[in-house]
Amino acid sequence: MSLLTTNYLTPTGREEAWRFTPLNRLGGLHDGTSTVSVLDSLVGPAMNIPGVSISRVSRELLVPQSHSDDVVVQRTHAESSTVFHVEISAGVEIAQPIHLTRDIKNAGGTELSRVLITVGENARATVLIENSGEIVLGEDIEIVLASNSFLKFVTLQEWDAGSIYAARHHAIIGRDATFESITVTVGGSLVRILPTVEFVAPGASAELLGVYFAKEGQHFEHRIHVDHAVPKAKSRVNYKGALSGDKAHTVWIGDVLIRAAAEGTDTYELNRNLLLSDGARADSVPNLEIETGEIVGAGHASTTGRFDDEQLFYLMSRGISMDEARRLVVRGFFAEIISQIGDESVQERLMVGIDGELAKAGQ
Amino acid sequence: MSTLDIRGLEVSVITEKGQIEILRGVDLTISSGETHAIMGPNGSGKSTLAYSIAGHTKYTITGGTVTLDGANVLDMTVDERARAGLFLAMQYPVEVPGVSVSNFLRTAATAIRGEAPKLRTWVGEVKEAMSALNMDPAFSERNVNEGFSGGEKKRHEIMQLELLKPKIAILDETDSGLDVDALRIVSEGVVRAKEANNLGVLLITHYTRILRYIKPDFVHVFANGRIVEEGGPELADKLEEKGYAEYVGA
Ligand SMILES: Nc1ncnc2c1ncn2[C@@H]1O[C@H](COP(=O)(O)OP(=O)(O)O)[C@@H](O)[C@H]1O
Ligand SMILES: [Mg+2]
Repeated sequence: MSLLTTNYLTPTGREEAWRFTPLNRLGGLHDGTSTVSVLDSLVGPAMNIPGVSISRVSRELLVPQSHSDDVVVQRTHAESSTVFHVEISAGVEIAQPIHLTRDIKNAGGTELSRVLITVGENARATVLIENSGEIVLGEDIEIVLASNSFLKFVTLQEWDAGSIYAARHHAIIGRDATFESITVTVGGSLVRILPTVEFVAPGASAELLGVYFAKEGQHFEHRIHVDHAVPKAKSRVNYKGALSGDKAHTVWIGDVLIRAAAEGTDTYELNRNLLLSDGARADSVPNLEIETGEIVGAGHASTTGRFDDEQLFYLMSRGISMDEARRLVVRGFFAEIISQIGDESVQERLMVGIDGELAKAGQ
Repeated sequence: MSTLDIRGLEVSVITEKGQIEILRGVDLTISSGETHAIMGPNGSGKSTLAYSIAGHTKYTITGGTVTLDGANVLDMTVDERARAGLFLAMQYPVEVPGVSVSNFLRTAATAIRGEAPKLRTWVGEVKEAMSALNMDPAFSERNVNEGFSGGEKKRHEIMQLELLKPKIAILDETDSGLDVDALRIVSEGVVRAKEANNLGVLLITHYTRILRYIKPDFVHVFANGRIVEEGGPELADKLEEKGYAEYVGA
């Protein structure tokens, strides 16, 4: 057990990056007041997958591939003793999702976790991380896609009610490579994820999809950052959230930076929030910074609203009760993204969970 | 045998500028097997009548009664009215993103019939209804009204009419925006529903051309929020010739 060291700039809450986050609910991940008591909770599949090597190596052997201003990421880089490495060999095509899950031996303890996923040239794979259990977790996941590779990266945040998760999911995308991510956040007390993308060669594309459903008292924050630093890359962002219950709070930040060199950029980002009750609050801040005019397209949209009365009227005019109509609308709202996960049992579990929450909320 | 009875119906909408009176005392009785055409100029309140009967909350009932076989329709919620046997084919059907036509139809049929239809017969029923209306089977996997053409929306409305088998149906400008072929296909659907279920129809229209396919027993001229003249099918011919000029501004 080691006390987190404190040679970092502890955020005060006034910083742009922290202004929405209730720092007193971060479990000390940001200011070093918590003690690491959980190690190596992330585990790979039981069966060996040809073309995939999964190992846990000591931190010196795999240095971070990127820099971050985020104090939790910095601390994770400096202090986690091992790196969980998923290595997908060049040229392989892995049909089945590579499942990573959590095995938390000391429920409620604190962990700093570093993960590196490398996808070799021309490889194609899906990685699915299922996060559940009770933990205070700071995590940095770096994903490096070599030329012409494809990765679908799905993370499920189905944490227990008391969990705290502050993480960066950072993709470094090589020439003509394709990165598709789906981030699902439905459980935990506080979840703060930085889904970030860095294009390092032309011709690449990234699609960042997400859904979140915050209930009473939960704080779910997703801060997207897409850095178009090279020409001819494409990015699409689409996050959808629902909120119900007093003090349910979601934050969506969509920062897209198109640098002067990034000619031919094509980007669009979208965030939609559905408020299911009073007392919930959704913050949604799209932010496009454009340093070159030579682009294919750049746009964003953000909406936050209640049920569409006309939709409910239409459904009810066909005999469908108010509750059922709302259930259909919410399911439909999320289905667009959840249906793309590609794992039927996971999709069904999430939908059933959403139905359950709606029923509980008395919707 | 069912009867929808509308007596002295007065309806307003609330706007920023205050309450605006739209329906000023509508009397109308529609029974099973009958076809009533309501014809009137734009803005005369035809859709207001349709939505008020269906229970849209945008419209405030300020007077009068609506009953279906003696039961007070105005006391019912929107879904209760549908389950009681009322159906509204909308002028502007609403998009419901993420909800597939097949899921929607099955949910609606389950609600109306009080139990989930048996899967095997249901699939056949839907297929038949779709092919009768010249609809591509792939249609059922699309989201409700999302990206539908005007004609597809109206076919989808009439498909629901055939599947949900109401007692009384209100068709609000089902003919608008349809080309000749689509108009015929949709009209044949209405006639099928009438014959199969002894449906009573309240056909709201601006033009007479749909009346060539769906023959009305009664024609009511609607202007300024009330019925201003009534007659048989011959009244439609008169409107065709002379238009609404004599009724408006009066
Ligand atoms: N929500 C509303 N707010 C203000 N005016 C309305 C509203 N709904 C309808 N109206 C007015 O009521 C009148 C009747 O409208 P409507 O019933 O749609 O007529 P129709 O279907 O015969 O064309 C019109 O003058 C219309 O502008
Ligand atoms: Mg109208």
